[in-house]
Amino acid sequence: MSRSFTPKVVTANALIEGDVVYLTADDRWSRQHGEAELIEDEAHAQLRLLKADKQRDVVVGAYLAEARQGLNGPEPVHFREAFRTRGPSNYAHGKQETRHV
Amino acid sequence: MYDYSDFDAAFVQRRNAQFRKQVERRIDGSLTEDEFKPLRLMNGLYLQLHAYMLRVAIPYGTVSARQMRQLAMIADRWDKGYGHFTTRQNIQFNWPKLTDVPDMLDALAEVQMHAIQTSGNTIRNVTADHFAGAAADEIEDPRPTAELIRQWSTDHPEFQFLPRKFKIGVTGSPHDRAVTKAHDIGLRIVRGGSGQTGYEVIVGGGLGRTPMVGQVIRPFLKKADLLPYLDAVISVYNLMGRRDNKYKARIKITVFENGMEKFRDAVEDRFQQLKPGFTGVNPEVLAEIEQSFAAPAFGPVDTSDYEAARRADPVFRSWTDTNLTAHKAAGHAIVTVSLKAHGATPGDATSDQMRALADLAERYGHGELRISHEQNVVLPHVRKSDLPALHAGLKAQGLATANIGLVSDIIACPGMDYCALATARSIPVAQELATHFKAIGLEEEIGQLKIKISGCINACGHHHIGHIGILGLDRAGVENYQITLGGDHSENLTIGERAGPGFAYDDIVPAIERLLRAYLALRKSRGESFIDAFRRLGADPFKAALYPAEAARDAA
Repeated sequence: MSRSFTPKVVTANALIEGDVVYLTADDRWSRQHGEAELIEDEAHAQLRLLKADKQRDVVVGAYLAEARQGLNGPEPVHFREAFRTRGPSNYAHGKQETRHV
Repeated sequence: MYDYSDFDAAFVQRRNAQFRKQVERRIDGSLTEDEFKPLRLMNGLYLQLHAYMLRVAIPYGTVSARQMRQLAMIADRWDKGYGHFTTRQNIQFNWPKLTDVPDMLDALAEVQMHAIQTSGNTIRNVTADHFAGAAADEIEDPRPTAELIRQWSTDHPEFQFLPRKFKIGVTGSPHDRAVTKAHDIGLRIVRGGSGQTGYEVIVGGGLGRTPMVGQVIRPFLKKADLLPYLDAVISVYNLMGRRDNKYKARIKITVFENGMEKFRDAVEDRFQQLKPGFTGVNPEVLAEIEQSFAAPAFGPVDTSDYEAARRADPVFRSWTDTNLTAHKAAGHAIVTVSLKAHGATPGDATSDQMRALADLAERYGHGELRISHEQNVVLPHVRKSDLPALHAGLKAQGLATANIGLVSDIIACPGMDYCALATARSIPVAQELATHFKAIGLEEEIGQLKIKISGCINACGHHHIGHIGILGLDRAGVENYQITLGGDHSENLTIGERAGPGFAYDDIVPAIERLLRAYLALRKSRGESFIDAFRRLGADPFKAALYPAEAARDAA
C-alpha cells in the first residue's frame, strides 16, 4: 500500500530574480508561502505540478513541498522550506527586506 | 601580474556575447531550463535557494587592486553590496538577476576576469598557495605553472565533458598551504637531484562523500613535460572514469577502483604517445609567463618604527603576532587580513571593504592581493615600516581582527542560508562559535586551531581536514551536526575521524566548548596545540568530553 498523501504546495524559483514563489489556487505565482494553494489530493497535486512545469518562461524547477494549514494560510513543514520563505539567516536579505521584489 | 593577451580578451568577449544571446533565448522561451542549465553553469551561474549566484574565477587567488575595485562596483551595482570569498579562492555574488548577468560578465571582462569553468564537469579554476611569490619557505612561485594550466585548460575541447568536475592545486613550498593532496591533481614544486626544479604529481585526492588523500603518481616530473603529462592523466580519466554514477565519477574513485598501478601504467602509455606532439614550445610560453610574475624590487627597510609601534600599542602587537607570516625578503611581511571578524560571515567583504583593501594594497602592497582558501585576504608584500599605517587603515574598515589561525578563523561554506545542495546551515554555527569563545575570553588561551564547517556531505567547508570538523546534516527533518576530530589540511593531509553521534543546532557550540576545555585541561603546556595534544592522547579523552553521559556510564 502506498503511503498516505501529506498536504503539499507547488513551489519554484522565479526565472528572472530566482526568488522563491508559490502557486496559488487562482493560478498566480505568489512570493508569500501563506498565499499558496494547500493541496490535499495527490492526483490534483500532480495536475498542479504539470501546470507549473509548463510555465517555463516564468519559473524554474517547480516541485511539491510538504506544508500544513496554519493561522495565516499554509505553513512549511521542513526547515529548508521554512528558510525559503524568509531568506538567509546572516543578513536580513531576500524576503526579509522591505523593498524586496 | 599576468596580463591577458589579445587572444584571451577576444575569447572572453566572444563567450560573453554568446551567453548574452543564450540568456535572451531562455527568457523568450526558446530555450528550456534543461537546455539552458548546462550553458549557464559553464559561465558560473547557479540557481541557489533564494536567488541566482554568480561564481567568478580568481585564478590562483591573485587579484589586482583594479580588479578588486571592479568587484566592489559589481557588488554595488548588481548585487547587495558585498561578495563572498570561497574555499577555492573564488568570489561569489549571491543576488544577481538573470537579466543582469551578461552585463556583470562584461564588467568583469573589463578587468580581465570571467566566470568560465567555475562550474560544470570541466577543469575548474586552478588554485595555488596564497603566499606564492612571497613565502620564506618557497622553492619557486607556483603561479606561472597555475597560469600555464589555466591557459591550456580553458575551453580545452577534449575536457569540456569530463565524467565529473576536475580540480588542480599547485604549491611551490614544502609547507603545503594549497591542500594539494585533496585535489584531483596536486602539484608540488620540488628540487630534483641535480638541483633543477620539477613537479611531484599527486592524483586522486578529494573530500566530499568519499574523502581520500591523494597519492603520488610521479615523484619527479620535468617542468617541460607538465602539459603532456596532465593531458595524459586527464585523458585516461576521461575514458576510464565512471559516468554511470555521479558519486563514483571523480578521479579518486577511478584510481581507487582500478588501483594506482593500473592507472599509472595507462597514464605512462598515454604520456609516451602524447609527448612527441608537444614540441617544446611550452617551456618558452612558461618562461614568458614567469616574467610577468617577477617579484617587485624589495629594498632595504628600516624596521625601528615598526618595533617601536609594537612596544607602544598592544592591539597592534597582538595583530602582528597572529596575522603576519615570514616573507622571503628581509624587512618585509606577508599580511593576512581576516574576513572573520567575530560574528561576521566567514569570507564576506562589503564593497567598502573591497575598495579599502584595493587602496591599501596600492599604497603599501605593490597593488597585489590574494584570496586564501581559508577565506581571508592576503597582502603578500608589505614593508614592515608600513605595517602601523596599514593596520590603522584596516581598523577603520573593521578589517583588523587579530585572529588568524585561532578558534574564530573558521572556514564555513554558505550552507543552507544560500546553497541549494546544503542539508543544514553552517554560517550561523561559525558566527556563534566565534562570538562565544570571544565572550568567554578563551580564544587566545586556546591558541592555534582549525575549525572547518560544511553544510552538507560535499564538504566545500573542508570539514574532514579541520582539527575540528563540523558537518551539518538533515536528520529526520532537523539540523544535526557531526563532529570529526584530528583532521589536518597541511602536507600531512589527514582525514579526521568521526567522534560519534551528531548534535542538535543548539547543542553544537556547548559541545565544542566542552571539547576545548578538555584540551586546556589535558595539554602539557601552552605550547602544545590542540592537534598536537590530540595526536599525543588519541581521540578517547576528547570523545569523553563531547559525550559526558556515555563516558560516565562506561566508567560505572
